[in-house]
Amino acid sequence: MSISAAEVERVAFLARLHLTAAEKEDYARQLGAVLSYAGRLRELDLSAVEPTAHATPLFNVLREDAPGESMERELALANAPEAIDGFFAVPRIV
Amino acid sequence: MAYGDRYEMVCGIETHAEMATKTKIFCACSTEFGAEQNTHVCPVCLGLPGTLPVLNREAVNLAIKAGLALNCEIATVSKFDRKNYYYPDLPKNYQTSQFDLPIAKNGWLEITTDAGGGKRVGITRAHMEEDAGKLVHSGETITTSSAGSSVDYNRAGVPLLEIVSEPDLRSPEEALAYLTSLVRILDYAGVSDCKLEQGSVRFDVNLSLRPKGRADLGTRTEMKNLNSLSAVRRCLEYEAERQAGVLDGGGQIIQETRTWDEGREMTLSLRSKEEAHDYRYFPEPDLMPLRISPAWVESMRRALPELPEARRERLIGLGLSPYDAGVIIADKDLALYFDEALKTGPDVKTLANWLTSELYGLLNARGESLAACLIKPAALAALVNLIKQGAISGKMGKTVLEMMASTGRDPEDIVRAEKMTQISDAAELSALVDEVLANNPKSADDYRGGKEQALGFLVGQVMRLTKGQANPALVNRILKEKLN
Amino acid sequence: MDIRLSECSVAELGRLLRGRELSAAELTEYYLERIERLDPAVRAYISVLADKARIRAREMDALLSAGAGGPLTGVPAALKDNICLAGAVTTCASKALANFRPPYSATAAEKLLHAGAVVLGKLNMDEFAMGSSTEYSAFFPTHNPWDLARVPGGSSGGAAAAVAAGTAPYAIGSDTGGSIRQPASFCGVVGMKPTYGAVSRYGLVAFASSLDQIGPLTRTVADNALVLTAIAGHDPKDSTSAPNEPGDYSAGLEEGARGLKIGLPKEFFREGLAPGVEKVIRDSARRLESLGAEVGECSLPHMDHAIAAYYLIAPAECSSNLARYDGVRYGLRAPAADVIDMFQASRSAGFGPEVKRRIMLGTYALSAGYYDAYYLQAQKLRTLIRQDYERVFAEYDVILSPTAPTAAYRFGEMSDPLSMYMGDIYTIPVNLAGLPAISLPAGLTDGMPVGVQFIGRHFEEALLYQAAFALEQSVAFTERPALTEVD
Repeated sequence: MSISAAEVERVAFLARLHLTAAEKEDYARQLGAVLSYAGRLRELDLSAVEPTAHATPLFNVLREDAPGESMERELALANAPEAIDGFFAVPRIV
Repeated sequence: MAYGDRYEMVCGIETHAEMATKTKIFCACSTEFGAEQNTHVCPVCLGLPGTLPVLNREAVNLAIKAGLALNCEIATVSKFDRKNYYYPDLPKNYQTSQFDLPIAKNGWLEITTDAGGGKRVGITRAHMEEDAGKLVHSGETITTSSAGSSVDYNRAGVPLLEIVSEPDLRSPEEALAYLTSLVRILDYAGVSDCKLEQGSVRFDVNLSLRPKGRADLGTRTEMKNLNSLSAVRRCLEYEAERQAGVLDGGGQIIQETRTWDEGREMTLSLRSKEEAHDYRYFPEPDLMPLRISPAWVESMRRALPELPEARRERLIGLGLSPYDAGVIIADKDLALYFDEALKTGPDVKTLANWLTSELYGLLNARGESLAACLIKPAALAALVNLIKQGAISGKMGKTVLEMMASTGRDPEDIVRAEKMTQISDAAELSALVDEVLANNPKSADDYRGGKEQALGFLVGQVMRLTKGQANPALVNRILKEKLN
Repeated sequence: MDIRLSECSVAELGRLLRGRELSAAELTEYYLERIERLDPAVRAYISVLADKARIRAREMDALLSAGAGGPLTGVPAALKDNICLAGAVTTCASKALANFRPPYSATAAEKLLHAGAVVLGKLNMDEFAMGSSTEYSAFFPTHNPWDLARVPGGSSGGAAAAVAAGTAPYAIGSDTGGSIRQPASFCGVVGMKPTYGAVSRYGLVAFASSLDQIGPLTRTVADNALVLTAIAGHDPKDSTSAPNEPGDYSAGLEEGARGLKIGLPKEFFREGLAPGVEKVIRDSARRLESLGAEVGECSLPHMDHAIAAYYLIAPAECSSNLARYDGVRYGLRAPAADVIDMFQASRSAGFGPEVKRRIMLGTYALSAGYYDAYYLQAQKLRTLIRQDYERVFAEYDVILSPTAPTAAYRFGEMSDPLSMYMGDIYTIPVNLAGLPAISLPAGLTDGMPVGVQFIGRHFEEALLYQAAFALEQSVAFTERPALTEVD
């Protein structure tokens, strides 16, 4: 099984990745191989099985609505590639 | 030609209301509005690597209350899911939201249509999610901004309740009635401050048209992020006309997201590189599910304050006209003020009248809000009592009210200090009436002869003698008794 | 001093320090010197925090001189570079985070500091913990101290190699599908993956949130229990953290194997298991029997599907967890004309091939039309795997299994992703079920160490330590990599 070039491109865009032509080819093949292996799951009839999201389930893990400390703005922006006037700065949106 | 001649509007609205918690939904940062940019942030709400969310109990409580107030079923098991999409105001590039197990679903609320009838608008679901940050564009709007944008994450992580209506709305007026009612309920229930001017409630509207009489739905467009009721109304009006124009010309509506351009009063297509959304929802692995017991739901039901419709019924039961009751419940502050004032037992109708016309008119003239007003509810009630008891006249009352608003003094103090008391002592007034009748025999004869207006003259004479302090109604009565 | 400090256990070092026969400053210098001498060949460390460690050691000496401190006070340690330490660069061995300095520490790191640890540095790994050989570090591969031409395993390859090379007395790693246990096996050290929720994940840079777990790598079982006792416990900052307070994991250590019911899953002894590895496991089973344990064959029927489930769930969670590396708030930003370009350019430049592969795989598995077929199906299989273990644990106290199908392989030997993924067959099901498991060295094959794995019930780490300690004493694995002989 190999997935199509168009599928690879669609998925790459969803994941915000630019792929080179070679990467696209590799991923089409490798993803296809892993997915056809994963397809073995479909051999099993799991219609009556509940999914497990957490192996050790807990419920109602909540915190009280009590204000805590926020960060100093300088610290919040310390790792930012670009910061202007206390804002995180990004290139134009569209 | 208006679209309404040929088409029926089908509209559903998603309302995003910031919930009135002190802290964000997944961290302890403040939700307070108006702080300097990026000062209400921490590693969690900035989505720094390795940080984890912990759910705010109060957000769940408020969501349950909202669900109850909107006649919804409250989920017994609810969970969070990740909605994956990229946008620079979204710190993790996914929004923690609820997908298939929302906290509340299958509710409704009642609106009054223009025709005066009642109508139930279905509430499909209500779910909790986190708000995104705010983008500040260097250009005027997102579409004209050519340079960069700036991001403020103060709002990122503020708890939102998204309330999805059924596509039950058939006109901009119904949409407005629905939103007015919804916002009021959320406000009364304490779920949200509903400060629309601060962007704490925002609306996404879906709209399609169908030829009148048809049951199937047309292709819809979605207009996102409207932040006022008037914007919703104008947007719906514009978009309905636009769609009608397209359909009339034999064209097809493209299913798309459009933006409402407030300045140009029109909707615009938002063509982005991202075509179809594929949010790739999956259960949020960093949060555990909620199990909501009947006891939890009941405790929230008990904690729910009186809601607008119940309050309206109660006020009507107290003897108010539906109109007055409507005016009072339209504003939560006014309604709470009214209830507070009622505690000292003034006449209900007089109180309503003085609150909705006199005090409101005065506040409008002074440019003040009820919250900032110096007249406390008990003081207004005391004034109403003075008038009702006849201690002062209504005219005097207006003067006293103005002085109360300026000084905050009690009405009794003012009346005493200004010697505004009304003479309501029948014996005292009777003597004065005798004096006036003795001095004005002609007027007395005129009245007896059928000249009604002669009575007014005689009352005026008594008022003159008492420098306006005589109780006019009482003088009237005594005069009539003596003349007949 | 006539003791070889690199051969001392953590517990011994603690005793020497508390007895003031040794200062934390001396011990720290000793390790910094070993790092300087041995690490250029092993390359376990991404960053060495020499200055900070020296200052910290002096602070710990002051504490110890005042008679304060516990078993870990003043003992140096090292952290896998996906565990945040405030102010220290935390890279996840990725270009995307090459300069990221977290303003907070992971809860596990904080607990370690609270226990008096002196952090020597941050350890190499496969980028974002995705890989089984540390070859996917964006910076450089780490070499196996037993044979520098071989991989140390992964993703906690730096952690296992540092402990094996004696350039750290112990290390803290993370395990999503075997990332502590497999490198521990490859490098001949002890590695524990605790029960999901036993150690807080706060400050562990997420790979697959429902599977990730922090745990210790040590030279001995007793040390491992000591370190886990220090880092485990409830954390209100992690919603998935277990509410129960753990006891002292060392308490039952010496109770022996007598009466323990040990299951050997028949599914684990099939094709793919190297004969040299199988021999070590069978030998271990016999030893345990001779110590009075009852060993029997058990069955875990859904293990064949575990890898398929894992390689849908883990990439799906990773595709979402790694979406935040977009060049806006931190990390690498590539120049671009608009935001979408910037996202794409930054992420493409920041991530290496294995990370991209898994993001692609996970994005695909979650995308419209495939969720039910892949992700949901995998979550359901997870239920079956959990039930498989429950059935076995109704009958047995612990499961004995290989940790990895082979000993450490040579660089470049595992080039095909799918065959690399198959190497995780014995470790992955444990993460899917959230169980605790420990790997300890139990023999050699062709001169390379072989680990065996004990798997236990949720929160029964103490029983695993008890079984592992009994085997460890019996095996008396004293071999050391030749490289470490210099002192």
